[in-house]
Amino acid sequence: MWRVGTVLALHDETASARTITLTVPGWPGHVAGQHVDVRLTAADGYSAVRSYSIASAPNQRRIEITVERLPDGEVSPYLTQQVAVSDRLELRGPIGSWFIWRAQQTEPIQLIAGGSGIVPLMAMVRSRASADSAAPFRLLYSVREPAAALYRDELQALSSRDSSVSLSYAYTRATPPGWTRPPGRIDDALIAETTWPASLEPTCYVCGPTSFVENAAGLLTACGHRPDRIRTERFGPTGGRK
Amino acid sequence: MGVISRGFSGRRIGSDVKLPPGQYLTTDFPVLSAGPTPDIALDRWEFTIDDGRAVSGRWDWNSFRDLPAETFTADLHCVTRWSKLGASWKGVSLDIMLAGVKTNAQYALARSYGDYTTNLPLPDLLNGQAWIAFQFNGEDLAPEHGGPARLLVPHLYLWKSAKWVRGITLLPQDRPGFWESLGYHNYGDPWREQRYQGD
Repeated sequence: MWRVGTVLALHDETASARTITLTVPGWPGHVAGQHVDVRLTAADGYSAVRSYSIASAPNQRRIEITVERLPDGEVSPYLTQQVAVSDRLELRGPIGSWFIWRAQQTEPIQLIAGGSGIVPLMAMVRSRASADSAAPFRLLYSVREPAAALYRDELQALSSRDSSVSLSYAYTRATPPGWTRPPGRIDDALIAETTWPASLEPTCYVCGPTSFVENAAGLLTACGHRPDRIRTERFGPTGGRK
Repeated sequence: MGVISRGFSGRRIGSDVKLPPGQYLTTDFPVLSAGPTPDIALDRWEFTIDDGRAVSGRWDWNSFRDLPAETFTADLHCVTRWSKLGASWKGVSLDIMLAGVKTNAQYALARSYGDYTTNLPLPDLLNGQAWIAFQFNGEDLAPEHGGPARLLVPHLYLWKSAKWVRGITLLPQDRPGFWESLGYHNYGDPWREQRYQGD
């Protein structure tokens, strides 16, 4: 069933990513990690639908999605450049019951995000905070360069006021000044240094472009994490790209 | 219901070809999997057909590859809304693999390395509608796309085409698979837009 949401606020996270806050009458609530389908309709009736992860913690009235603008995208340029406050958008959801984190989960959680793959994982971090969960969380967040990181200040604040949330960055193209690790993709040394050991049997959530997810999930299984404790979601232009 | 998105016209790539409702055309080959890509050695690969108790067909990689294979083109429709048209595949028709199997079963559950499952009516696997595919565009099927071999049932949404398939269990009653137990449609016909339960 399609619902009509109204844009309440817009916030640019980076040069290419925008967060859209919507109020959705009748919204049934969601679980961290779920997504919504967004439908745009042109004046002549042509429509296009894309899926976007929900970034916000569960809330009965409003949701936030963060949309990364794709250069050759059909829907994301509209959502990041044209949508205005008080515009209406058609939504279907929430959708998905596999790549989710529920506040009842108490085991250690390992989050690994590549680029805009942070969005559903941010919903988990926010959900943990809003539910006052004590589940120990670690987030390893890989971005091209410092300016590409989403939610940096909020993540910093969440991890500095709660020692059970730890935050590590990896940079693939350019690092901040003084950063000791040279730019490059996540490798086994970084996994060993920044993520939960397999012996603690964390549940792992890995989200990002296909090559990122293949690499990170492969590193996790190689150091002993059971495949059935690793949940993956590919993110990107069309769910990922070979 | 028609909320017009002011200023939206769309790019309409592929609007000159017939796609199932709600799909858009892509030329790349996106990857969607619920977990890590399994590492499957060909000398340990095995494919079995069973009824949950007895095995009625078993192939190792060599005997599987000795079966007559065919090259075919197929249009792929993913529930995440991309469609890829005219991809070239090579595989063994399930008509061949099921030919020697006597069964009254009406349903099938495809089983994969990594414990993925998906269910479909047995007739959907027959009559030239389904293959165990091992080549894509002339090359060995890449692991992230389901290699060494995957089920391919192009007339249903792509989650029915189980990657890393290792067997098929024939059942008298339908038994929901992985995504079918998680809110996705039990049958998944893209032309009827059967994405989620209740569609």
